[in-house]
Amino acid sequence: MDILVCVKRVPTVGGVITLTADRQAIDTKASGFTISPHEECAVEEAVRLVERFGGSVTVVSLGPVAAEEQLRACLALGASAAVLIETPDGGETGPIATAAALASVAAPFDLVLLGNEASDTGDYQVGIRLAHLLGRPAVTGIKAVTVADDGSSLAASRTYQGVLETFTLPLPCVVTVKEGINLPRYPSLPGRLRAKRAAITRVPPDSVPSGQGPSGQGPTASDLRMTSLRVPDASQKQAAVLGHGVSAVPALVSVLEEIGVTR
Amino acid sequence: MTALCLVETEDGGLADASARALTITRDLGTDLAAVVFADGIAQALAPALADYGVSRLYIAAGIDGYAPQAYARVLAELSKLTGATAVVAAGTEHGNEVLAHLGAITGLPMAANCVAVKPASDGPLTVTRQRWAGLLLEDAVLDAPVALLTAATDAVAPVPAAGPAELQASEVRQDVSAADLVVRARESAVGGGGQSLATARVVVGGGRGVGSADGFVPLEELASLLGGVVGVSRVVTSEGWRPHTMQVGQTGTKITPDLYLACGISGAIQHFAGCSGAKHIIAINTDPSAPMMTRADYAVVGDLHEVVPALVEALRTRGS
Repeated sequence: MDILVCVKRVPTVGGVITLTADRQAIDTKASGFTISPHEECAVEEAVRLVERFGGSVTVVSLGPVAAEEQLRACLALGASAAVLIETPDGGETGPIATAAALASVAAPFDLVLLGNEASDTGDYQVGIRLAHLLGRPAVTGIKAVTVADDGSSLAASRTYQGVLETFTLPLPCVVTVKEGINLPRYPSLPGRLRAKRAAITRVPPDSVPSGQGPSGQGPTASDLRMTSLRVPDASQKQAAVLGHGVSAVPALVSVLEEIGVTR
Repeated sequence: MTALCLVETEDGGLADASARALTITRDLGTDLAAVVFADGIAQALAPALADYGVSRLYIAAGIDGYAPQAYARVLAELSKLTGATAVVAAGTEHGNEVLAHLGAITGLPMAANCVAVKPASDGPLTVTRQRWAGLLLEDAVLDAPVALLTAATDAVAPVPAAGPAELQASEVRQDVSAADLVVRARESAVGGGGQSLATARVVVGGGRGVGSADGFVPLEELASLLGGVVGVSRVVTSEGWRPHTMQVGQTGTKITPDLYLACGISGAIQHFAGCSGAKHIIAINTDPSAPMMTRADYAVVGDLHEVVPALVEALRTRGS
């Protein structure tokens, strides 16, 4: 079973999000980069499936050359090959163009896994657009995958409004997963060493389809264009300190009574 | 001009997320039509939909069970039939999934998790949408013959229309191909039961400061005394102390309790994405400068391993 996992380089955000002066992006001068937790789980799920059924795990990312860092992290977790599709000037591409670029490398694979949504843009659509371009079935938000013993189909499930939904999809197909589908392993030392030396296949930006016009999904006139980003008005409230250690407990009980949660 | 809104049901009534989606859709200033796939109970929704300003209800019949691509096919046809200028859904897993299919079928862009829409008299629509699960907002221009949008489930309060609309209902039966029905949900009960984290009135949160799997015992006692459940931060599930189903945050569950009592949680921004819907937040932490402590309503500076058992004891004594 040959599996493709799609990952995206996104800023690591900790206590606060700071924007650049032109409000076009997150200021990453003081932060690192990572992939989303959903995608870490997608890589782990692919590695586990290949450990059981044989085959290969390829990771692909669309982004700047620096995204090689994230691809190497995935190789350290057990992926066997990595592809970097470079974006023009290393910039961001919208979901239609992203799906078109991924489709240009995804056709040979039995299963394509993605995170349910990229943690930064949160567009919730790349996996499904990719599936339509490949003419394959897709399902999103999956928390458990079981592949049939003969490898011909898989059962994918998630909980929605308190009900378990299970979907049976023939392979090849596209599945987007959420954190919690597994507990990703830590990279092993041999894995990290192998990842450091591994060759990453690069696809230059001029060979990437735009996704617009008759060959892609979008009529050229239609577009969702970001104007700017902003941090929502956080309440400027200051926490009231009830006290230190166990001496704060009486005040704590009073607050619980006030809120009305004591029985 | 018409906007079509995909409406979901919950517990036999109009889903809260769909009420919010209808509220946003009204800002488009067009006639409002709703599409419901639950043909058995669609008629029962009519009064609630009329309250939200829906003048036309399409009851989609003939598709058995949730099938996202088939739903999108029906929306595509209805959108053509009604000359819709917008198709809207709630930003739920179903809503985002169906609209993404509709985007792929029609080739149109889709704006997920919008918190505001502003039509212009002679130009494209302006939208504000959530990024980073709502930690950032994106202002954008959606330039498309049909605007495909989902409405964030936690940002806009559901508000009925000024007066109820005169509602006409009709059934539609759209032929869908076998390929559109390949992906279809089989529903079954979830094991375990108990109170759900998403809807609990009280959530007692535990983070790195809890220190171990066993460390959660006092937190569980406290939660049970307050009639609530325990939620955890991401580090707790990464350490394997508690399962991911208990995780509060951007990649876990979004909670909306009356009280969130965060114990030993520093408060990474991804965690706030999950708990900012709490009415009241109390934080217990040894570090008074932790983001959770400064962004809470009330803070106790101290070791949760001392404070929580003392609080449990105080609540017990109070009850007896």
